[in-house]
Amino acid sequence: MNKQNDMLSPELSPEALRKIDREVAKYPADQKQSAVMAALVIAQDEKGWLSKETIAAVASYLGMPPIAAYEVATFYNMYDLQPVGKYKLTVCTNLPCALSGGVHAADYVKEKLGIDFNETTPDGKFTLKEGECMGACGDAPVMLVNNKRMCSFMLPEAIDKLLAECN
Amino acid sequence: MALIDTISPLLTTGWSKGDAGWSLKDYEARGGYAQLKRILSSKMTQDELIAEVKKSSLRGRGGAGFPTGLKWSFMPKAAPEKYVVCNTDEGEPGTFKDRDLLRYDPHSTIEGMIIAGYAVGAKRGYNYIHGEIFDIYQRFEEALDQARAAGYLGERILGSDFSFDLFAHHGWGAYICGEETGLLESIEGKKGQPRYKPPFPANFGLYGKPTTINNTETFAAIPFILGMGGEAYLNLGKPNNGGTKLFSVSGHVNRPGNYEVPMGTPFAKLLEMAGGMRGGRKLKAVIPGGSSAPVLPADVMMECTMDYDSIAKAGSMLGSGAVIVMDETVCMVKALERLSYFYFEESCGQCTPCREGSGWLYRVVHRIEHGQGRPEDLDLLNRVTDNMMGKTICALADAAAFPVRSFIKHFKSEFEYHIEHKKCLVDPEVQRAGSGFFRASSVARVA
Ligand SMILES: Cc1cc2nc3c(=O)[nH]c(=O)nc-3n(C[C@H](O)[C@H](O)[C@H](O)COP(=O)(O)O)c2cc1C
Ligand code: SF4
Ligand code: FES
Repeated sequence: MNKQNDMLSPELSPEALRKIDREVAKYPADQKQSAVMAALVIAQDEKGWLSKETIAAVASYLGMPPIAAYEVATFYNMYDLQPVGKYKLTVCTNLPCALSGGVHAADYVKEKLGIDFNETTPDGKFTLKEGECMGACGDAPVMLVNNKRMCSFMLPEAIDKLLAECN
Repeated sequence: MALIDTISPLLTTGWSKGDAGWSLKDYEARGGYAQLKRILSSKMTQDELIAEVKKSSLRGRGGAGFPTGLKWSFMPKAAPEKYVVCNTDEGEPGTFKDRDLLRYDPHSTIEGMIIAGYAVGAKRGYNYIHGEIFDIYQRFEEALDQARAAGYLGERILGSDFSFDLFAHHGWGAYICGEETGLLESIEGKKGQPRYKPPFPANFGLYGKPTTINNTETFAAIPFILGMGGEAYLNLGKPNNGGTKLFSVSGHVNRPGNYEVPMGTPFAKLLEMAGGMRGGRKLKAVIPGGSSAPVLPADVMMECTMDYDSIAKAGSMLGSGAVIVMDETVCMVKALERLSYFYFEESCGQCTPCREGSGWLYRVVHRIEHGQGRPEDLDLLNRVTDNMMGKTICALADAAAFPVRSFIKHFKSEFEYHIEHKKCLVDPEVQRAGSGFFRASSVARVA
């Protein structure tokens, strides 16, 4: 059933491993597990999402039980345990943002893309997520693109522009 | 870029050049790292240093307002391995000051942490940075490289016998990691579930070692306090509420952003600095200290000054300094529904009263908002909060309960109206216009 996953090797590239090594170096020698959060992000960036096999590969590289890495991957919201679109858009709808249009921005994106939260467009391009406070409420409405790029003041024109840029 | 405006700028002195003023040479030009140099060259003792911080009456800026000097003095002297940890997991809805501190002036936090390391005898520190602000994490790493290259971090700093190194750790989306022991678990590479306390981090912290953990703004204030002296810093504010504080003003104001003001500044002044009410509309309510703080009605808030004691006397908390301003277009039931959803979503699930209670609160407020409320629901909500408060491992359960109790207390008639009439007291069109999103859209279409 998992044929497709098997084709995608869970092994990480040498470059990803080098990045993980840099994270490991931040912690005491006997505390490699401290690097698991960063390592999972590096793996997610490379693979697009975290399969059980990828998580196990990260765990084995850090010398920790796979279940311990899996617990981490399921606890934090920004790990994707399912494939997502090429662009994952996360819109903050928490109250401070909602007062300045956060919910309306999400509605606007939903209408433009024809999808609801936690859905992906049929062409696999966009996934939409509802976010909690990103610590940027003064710039509301705010939106994250692929977890790492924060977009501020996302009024209709700015949303139109962003969506048009995503190819 | 967040707008800034200040009375007696201290923490925000370096912000005026926006993104062009954050790097090491800019910080040094503003007198940065001078305090670290002075401490090391004068061989100031740890006790002298802590005494100076105590004199300033600096209270933790992360939410609880605990006196910082006192916290540092709890660290056991003899322990061979100790840590300093900075809490930049800024996830308390409404709070965005630590992000701007690290964006515009990361070195003041770095210098503050190095000095803290000296004061408590730690050789290593970590700054835990909120996952959603990855660009800020990258900037902080760059700033650390600069500090290391200049000899402010590493072995035998500036030729002294004091060694200290500092690293950045990023979160990945979990509000509960802002709670200090959840944060420590998270640095250890585990789920961020808070620990039982005691033991407190000063005895059993990161990797089980004595650890001092403070908020970003707390650390950032340290170089300024030492620069001007503890007493002068205290005198900027008011007794027991020393210094200046950053307030993140969000919601229905003309200029949302961070504002630095002396403790004790009238709320009315802060509101004016933030450009006043958007569209000249009427103030309805304010959450003065982040979403976990009880809401206050406009008339009560307008009488407050911005300091721990005044806000506490009015029945709320200064918390993280996040001031969420709401005007008359807000439906208080809907506002509470969103906050209750947040706590339900973010409960880490360890404690039954929190895990189950936060779900109850959300579901009941949700049904009131959606016209299915029952007359007994308001009592039910209050009873559920009784079973949560003070009965859990960490304060998230209390944080979920405070909004519910305070919204019902101050805006009961709106809840009753919802239950009786199965709709909002505030016209949906008025609510829709309140956010400004669609108005902006129609302007765009004309243009
Ligand atoms: C649910 C919860 C979330 C918290 N989130 C934060 C946070 O995002 N940032 C922060 O500095 N403190 C947060 N705190 C408070 C910390 O536990 C801790 O008190 C603080 O970091 C201590 O630093 P300070 O004394 O400098 O304020 C939170 C507490 C709780 C219970
Ligand atoms: S109170 Fe809630 S968030 Fe805190 S430890 Fe208990 S279940 Fe987790
Ligand atoms: S509420 Fe949206 S960033 Fe804070």
